[in-house]
Amino acid sequence: MEGQLAHIGAGLAAIGSGAAAIGVGNVAGNYLAGALRNPSAAASQTATLFIGIAFAEALGIFSFLVALLLMFAV
Amino acid sequence: MATEAHGAEGGGLVFHPMDQFIVKPLFGGDAIGLFTITNVTLWMGIAIVAIVALMVLGTARRATIPNRTQSVAELAYVFVYKMVEDVAGKDAVGFFPYVMTLFMFIVFANFLGLLPMSFTTTSHFAVTVVLAMLVFLTVTIVGFAKNGAKFLGLFWVKSAPLPLRPVLAIIELISYFVRPVSHSIRLAGNVMAGHAVIKVFAGFAAIATISPVSVLAITAMYGLEVLVAFIQAYVFTILTCVYLKDALHPSH
Amino acid sequence: MATETHAADAAQGASAPGMPQLDFSNWGNQIFWLMITLIVIYFVLSRIALPRIAAVLAERQGTISNDIATAEELKAKAVDAEAAYNQALADARIEAQRIIAEAKAEIKADLAQATADADAQIAVKAAEGEKKIAEIRAGALEAVQAVAADTAAEIVAAMGGKADEKAIGSAVADRMKG
Repeated sequence: MEGQLAHIGAGLAAIGSGAAAIGVGNVAGNYLAGALRNPSAAASQTATLFIGIAFAEALGIFSFLVALLLMFAV
Repeated sequence: MATEAHGAEGGGLVFHPMDQFIVKPLFGGDAIGLFTITNVTLWMGIAIVAIVALMVLGTARRATIPNRTQSVAELAYVFVYKMVEDVAGKDAVGFFPYVMTLFMFIVFANFLGLLPMSFTTTSHFAVTVVLAMLVFLTVTIVGFAKNGAKFLGLFWVKSAPLPLRPVLAIIELISYFVRPVSHSIRLAGNVMAGHAVIKVFAGFAAIATISPVSVLAITAMYGLEVLVAFIQAYVFTILTCVYLKDALHPSH
Repeated sequence: MATETHAADAAQGASAPGMPQLDFSNWGNQIFWLMITLIVIYFVLSRIALPRIAAVLAERQGTISNDIATAEELKAKAVDAEAAYNQALADARIEAQRIIAEAKAEIKADLAQATADADAQIAVKAAEGEKKIAEIRAGALEAVQAVAADTAAEIVAAMGGKADEKAIGSAVADRMKG
């Protein structure tokens, strides 16, 4: 019973990955919108883009990790 | 418990997405001591060989007009050098070999991990936590050594109104200490997640009716993983540069 | 397969969970090998690879800027050569004009000289001719006078008279003037 509850919890935690996907999409989409308005400034901001994506994605990875922990370690 | 989960699936579908990450001794025996030669040793050794092949043997001709291998080595050099110079500043160039070491190790470990039947060293928290802690300790020590007590100005946001500053200081302090955690878990988590997902799709391939979909999905995921393998190495390196910049120029 | 894995799990100790990453019993091993790997890579890169690549890149930069400098030099040389050529052309043109002008002046002078000589010779010849004509005319007058006087004397003698020479002479001279 407890194990099954843990699986439900893992599924719930996996929602966080979807939320991170929204975040990453936001970052990339806004970058693209800005880059199309001012293409000359786009190249200098790719590093910032990747840092932003990394930060947004890290939190999704945390929720993925929680899901894994619930699946295998609880 | 994992055993129960495996047991419950029983007959048809068998998922063991995490089995690829098991550390095994190479030459018999089960016990893993400090110096046991394991598959971790093997694949780290292969990474060293690959890096030496690219960076040392590839550039052995020292040609003014480079061949392909030398071009790639020079590309990697210029890529990381520019990153250190642009992000961390000109005075951080002394840290370039250190950053280059991290980048080359991560990128090669990631790509070697994408070979079928291989072992991905960077998918282990033991590895990435050490990498992240190395960066964290370097940044903290260099920050205090170069700036003394002024390094604490990193947490005291001068541009904020005075009453807010203590609150911000606590937040900055927490975010500073969370850095190595997110730094390490991001890398290992990304790599592990990709490999595990590929394994899960591979498990679906056992069912004849959906195996074409599963094979296509594996192919697509593999492509994404190639991208992720590079981007995570890039992100790890560029964040190292960002933290180094904080250490060298702590003012906001 | 499944049983095998579980056997391995069990062998790794009771603490081994489903996630191999969280099996802390092998962290020491991994960290040990990781440190060795990083140290090896660091020394290989910082001692051999990075200085070598830096040298190659610097050398290439040097070669490129050298080549560019050489090209600039050659271009400057070409410009100089063109300027020298134009200068020579202009000089030659000026020289040619000078020679033409000189030749023209010389010819003009020669012509004038020749014209003057010719004029002088013509004048001399004309004067000589006039003199000769005058002499001839004078000679002719004298001869005519002498012949007239002789003839008159003969005529006077034939008519039986004796003629005074003087009178005859003056009479002839008078007639000839009239």
